[in-house]
Amino acid sequence: MSSGEYLVCIIGMGLVTYIPRWLPLFYLTDKRLPLWLVEWLTFIPACILSALIFPSIIINPDTGTVDFMHPAFLAAIPTFLFALKTRSLGGTVIVGMSLYWLLQHFL
Amino acid sequence: MTSTNSPEKKEHNMPAFAAAWPICLGYIAVGTAFGILAGQAGLALYQIALMSCIVFAGSAQFIAVSMISSGASIASIIITTFMVNLRHLLMSSSLSLHVQGENKLLLSLFSYGVTDESFAVNLGKFLGGGWNIKDALVLNQTANATWIASTIIGGYAGAFIPSGAFGIDYALTAMFLCLLVFQLRGIMIVLISAIAGTLSVALSLIVPGNLHVILSSIIAATIGVVVKSLYLRHKINRGDK
Repeated sequence: MSSGEYLVCIIGMGLVTYIPRWLPLFYLTDKRLPLWLVEWLTFIPACILSALIFPSIIINPDTGTVDFMHPAFLAAIPTFLFALKTRSLGGTVIVGMSLYWLLQHFL
Repeated sequence: MTSTNSPEKKEHNMPAFAAAWPICLGYIAVGTAFGILAGQAGLALYQIALMSCIVFAGSAQFIAVSMISSGASIASIIITTFMVNLRHLLMSSSLSLHVQGENKLLLSLFSYGVTDESFAVNLGKFLGGGWNIKDALVLNQTANATWIASTIIGGYAGAFIPSGAFGIDYALTAMFLCLLVFQLRGIMIVLISAIAGTLSVALSLIVPGNLHVILSSIIAATIGVVVKSLYLRHKINRGDK
């Protein structure tokens, strides 16, 4: 890919990334949304977070299959419990990283 | 519905920087890894920097680099990027509830920085109160600057930085886990997000790109709305409140 083509490529990538980010914030912020839509949108954050987390801890990146015995999953359980107990974002990040690092080394 | 909080507390920026650090930690790890990879794929430092500025989307950038090095067409790279990043449409829609009536220029700037991570942290802050679009913008731009710098450092330092040092590549997962905990208010949301997660695992094995994230979220949230309205109707029919 030449540097000209590269520029076209990343500008295209930038546009198709920016537009979905921008449209709802530009158009939905001065309209009264129907109640069902508000309800629906309040479910979305927890759904997205679970949808991001579950595959990343349950699917083994090396094999591409469901695997409950690899460090990412094993570290996730105590990390989750720690978050539940302390509700501390910074603490959870530190605990999660340490557990993951330890499990990687001792498993 | 929370909109901007009026001028009660004006010692701005500090809370936004403080709220940004877990994101930054994760971005340093992922950004450096991206820079290393992009450098190895033959991209120049300015090309890495430009992509991080113009696109600013972690997973899509990784995918683009691997597609570029395998000789994919520009159109296919752009279409893949679109599919991978379409999930931000849901995040921005969800955020829009909390920035009603804001200045359109600020909103347009703010949208540039909507990522999985900034979305989740900003949303939690909006729900907690005392957070406005300017705080959110500072948080987004702090994360953005960290991302751009980390990808450049990765491209520069190349093989000198060991990947996965100190479990740093787990920072974002741990952060998401905690942010999910913040979201879990009530049995209904717990059940619906468990459905979303399980569906996401199943779909990730069959659909391309990151489509499983958006598909499973849409399906689970829809189930949530339907079940909730059926439940409310049932309650009303029984005559209790």
